[in-house]
This record gives sequence, structure tokens and C-alpha cells, in this order.
Amino acid sequence: MTGTSAGPIAPPWALLAELTHGCPLHCAYCSNPLELVRRSAELRTDEWAEVMRQAGELGVVHTHLSGGEPLLRRDLPEIVGAADAAGIYTQLVTSGVGLTRERLTALVDRGLRSVQLSVQHAESAASDRIAGTRSFAAKRKAAALVREAGLPLGLNVVLHRDSLDAIGALLELALDWGAERIELANTQFYGWALANRDRLLPGREQIERARTVVEARREQLAGRVDVVWVVPDYIDGIAKPCMGGWGAVSLTVAPDGTVLPCPAAATLPGLDAPNVKERSLEWSWRHSPAFHRYRGTDWMAEPCRSCPERETDLGGCRCQAYALTGDASRTDPVCPLSPDHGLVRTLVDAPVSRAAPPTVPRSHPPRGAPQGPRRV
Amino acid sequence: MKPLREAPPGGRASPANEDASTDTGADTGADAGEVAVADAGHWTPALSRSVMLRHDRVRGTDLLLMPERVVVLRGSAGAVLRLCDGRREVGAIVAELAERFPDESGASVATEVPEFLGRLREEGWIR
Repeated sequence: MTGTSAGPIAPPWALLAELTHGCPLHCAYCSNPLELVRRSAELRTDEWAEVMRQAGELGVVHTHLSGGEPLLRRDLPEIVGAADAAGIYTQLVTSGVGLTRERLTALVDRGLRSVQLSVQHAESAASDRIAGTRSFAAKRKAAALVREAGLPLGLNVVLHRDSLDAIGALLELALDWGAERIELANTQFYGWALANRDRLLPGREQIERARTVVEARREQLAGRVDVVWVVPDYIDGIAKPCMGGWGAVSLTVAPDGTVLPCPAAATLPGLDAPNVKERSLEWSWRHSPAFHRYRGTDWMAEPCRSCPERETDLGGCRCQAYALTGDASRTDPVCPLSPDHGLVRTLVDAPVSRAAPPTVPRSHPPRGAPQGPRRV
Repeated sequence: MKPLREAPPGGRASPANEDASTDTGADTGADAGEVAVADAGHWTPALSRSVMLRHDRVRGTDLLLMPERVVVLRGSAGAVLRLCDGRREVGAIVAELAERFPDESGASVATEVPEFLGRLREEGWIR
């Protein structure tokens, strides 16, 4: 299905629309890039509407309206309406901060279909501490509003050293808040999360404790809450076919209109990603060098090239290969067959440091000229 | 008449620090197991609120869209679901399909359509 660079290219199913990098939260595990797009560089309403129209023509049927915090865009109802008019199923991915009944009604009126709400921890004070701002009460209220509106509600929780032990309570919270689904996503180390890896990465024992709870509770919750456990790839040594394959299933449009095979790909040097202001989505998907670069399997070197798993894991994640080795075309080092696997094993097997380095809270994007991340 | 559905090649974006590979919405097809169809006669099926049925012009197929999943409908499955308007009873749906597809044996429509609808109800896609 993914084809080779010479074969037919199937249309994308999904679009991740990163409407803004602005966010009221400061989670240390954020996967947004360290160099956040400033608010003044964001696409305008009419530009996002055009993205949705082109996405529908290209074959996209599903969009996650995300960020940052998409509710910071006052024009969110117009963007939802444009997606719906293009036949695209819309899901809002939100922290819940800023979701009022009036705003939700406006979104539902324009065609919003479902909401995914982030939660940092099951306990109010801990959730607020991880988010870097008081937000737990707003999340609880947002969940109630979504249920009242009759929309399906999913929770997503990014798991790390400070939230893994709350996993049982998080599953209870999902039941209590009326969620149909909870995604327990072990931290993927990109962007701010990579900068904070030493503070976030759990030890093997902590992962196993959490996994045991999930396995025990999953069946009890069957039919009420769908429990999704996102594999901790560093710990399990399983390379993920990131985004279902490079340029295979979905595409991302960043706040400034950059079109990417995945949200982390902006970090890859020399990618020369296209922008919706200059090129059509169709050209970006089918013809841009950026989308061809790691599509299919032709780009692979050994040990991937002759590996029987190459069509399954597609060599793992390019952004992770780059982050860990400096070369995006190498085998993802989480794979035990990678010559670089020792890098990951050293990190995982290191005793969890009691004197972990201070966390770098994710900053706000600058309002004016671009600048580097704020280090604390 | 074989209103089967097949596994879509996945279709979720990765909103924030998630592994897109774990939940691509793959649906393994028509083995939802035993389903009760006894009350099918008085049931007036309708799509669940979170489910959207649409024709995909790009791929030339009908789809069911829902929060984290895309289901590709094959054969006449889309035609069956378009009749699930919350007013028609299952018997009326069967009768209408039998008329519309006269080449199908009436007996196969009368058994396969209620079975298909029962499976989709088990999945929570229709109510």
C-alpha cells in the first residue's frame, strides 16, 4: 500500500491540522518543536479553509484539529465548517481550557463531530503541576460539556515518570467523566519531550507496574471504555511505523502552513518541506521531494533493507533516528537490530536519577520576531 | 448480496506525542460473532450520533467515519445503511433492497441484511 517512489501513491486518509502553537499549558512532554511558530505567522482563516477544501479533494476524510491549543483560534468554528463542507470528519484535540458551552455550541453547529481531551494526571494538584498551570477544573467542566452536547469524548494522557503510577486512577477518571475511550500514550521523545527526556523517562519496573494495571482493567472496562496503550518504544524495543509510514496515511499542516509527513519532521535538516502558501496539498503529497524522501522502503540501508519486518515497521521513526544518531536515514535505534541500539539501552538501563535535571517548561510562542526556546 | 466491510489502511493523525501506529483504526472485518437478530422486525435502525456515512469520490467507495476510525464499506453495504433512517423497520429495509436488487435471491437478502445490521449494532455504529 505504501508503494515505492516509483509506484502509485495512495491518497492520504487523515490531516493533522496544527492550528496554533499557542497553548495555556506548559507540559514538559510536549512534542511541539522547540522553535514554536509565532502567532503572527499563523495561517489566516481563509487559508485554513482552503487547506480543508484541498484536503477533501485529495482524499482526506478525517482531521484532528490540534495545536498547541486550537481554542485559542477565535475562528475555529469557521475552520470546522470548512472541513465539514469538504466532507471531512472533525475531531477537536484540546486541553479543555477555554471551552465554554457557547463555544462548543458554535463548533457543533458548524459540524464538529468529536472531542479528545488531554489530562495530565488523575489528581487535580498533580495534573495542574504537570500542566504548569491550573487547568484540571476546566478539563472536568469541558468533559461534562462535551457529554451534554452528545459528542463522543476521548481522553488522552501522556505517560511519564510522574503520571505512570496514577494509571488505575486515570482509568477510573475516564469512567467517571463519561469518556468512551482513553489513550494512554507513553511519552514519545520529540521536541520539548526530548529536551526533558532525563526527567521524563521511566524505568522498566515502573512501566511493568502500569502495564499490569492496564491489562487487568482493560477487560473489565470492555464495552464501556476503550483502553488504548501506546507502546513505550524505548523500553519495549519496538520500532513504530511512524504515522503509518512516511507519506502513506496522513499529513500534517503546521501553524505557518508548512506541510509535513509528521509533526516532528520539521526538525529534520534539509527536508525542504513545502508550504500551502506556495504549493497545493496535492503537489506536496504526490510530488514534493520531502514526501518522497522516506516513502516506502527504497531509501533503507541495512539492517532494514533485508529485514523481514521492513514492510511492517518501515524502519521505525525517521525523526527518532535523527534525534538519536544525527542521521535520519538510519534504522530507528529503539530496534534491537540497530547498530545504534546501545544508545537507547544505556538511557533505559541507567538508574532513575533522584537528582534529575530541572524540567524545561514548554514556552509560549513569541508574539514578535522568531526566537529560540526559553530555558529555565 | 455480501455487504461486507474491510480493513481500511488506517487513518489517524497523531495529535500530540502519540504513536500513530498503535491505533490505525484497522478493522478486521466480518467476524463480530454471535448477534441477536430476533427483535429485528421492530427495530428501526439509525446511524449512531458519532458516525458519519459518506461516499468517497476519490476512492470510489462508501465509508463510515467515526472518532478514531475509518471503515471502508464494500458492495451494497452503503446502500443498506442509507436506508437506516430511524423510521424504516428492518423488514421494510429488506423489502426495499429485494426490489432494488432483483438479481439477488430474496432469501439471501432476508438473512444477510439483518445479520449485517446486527453486527454493526454490536459494534455500536448503528442503534
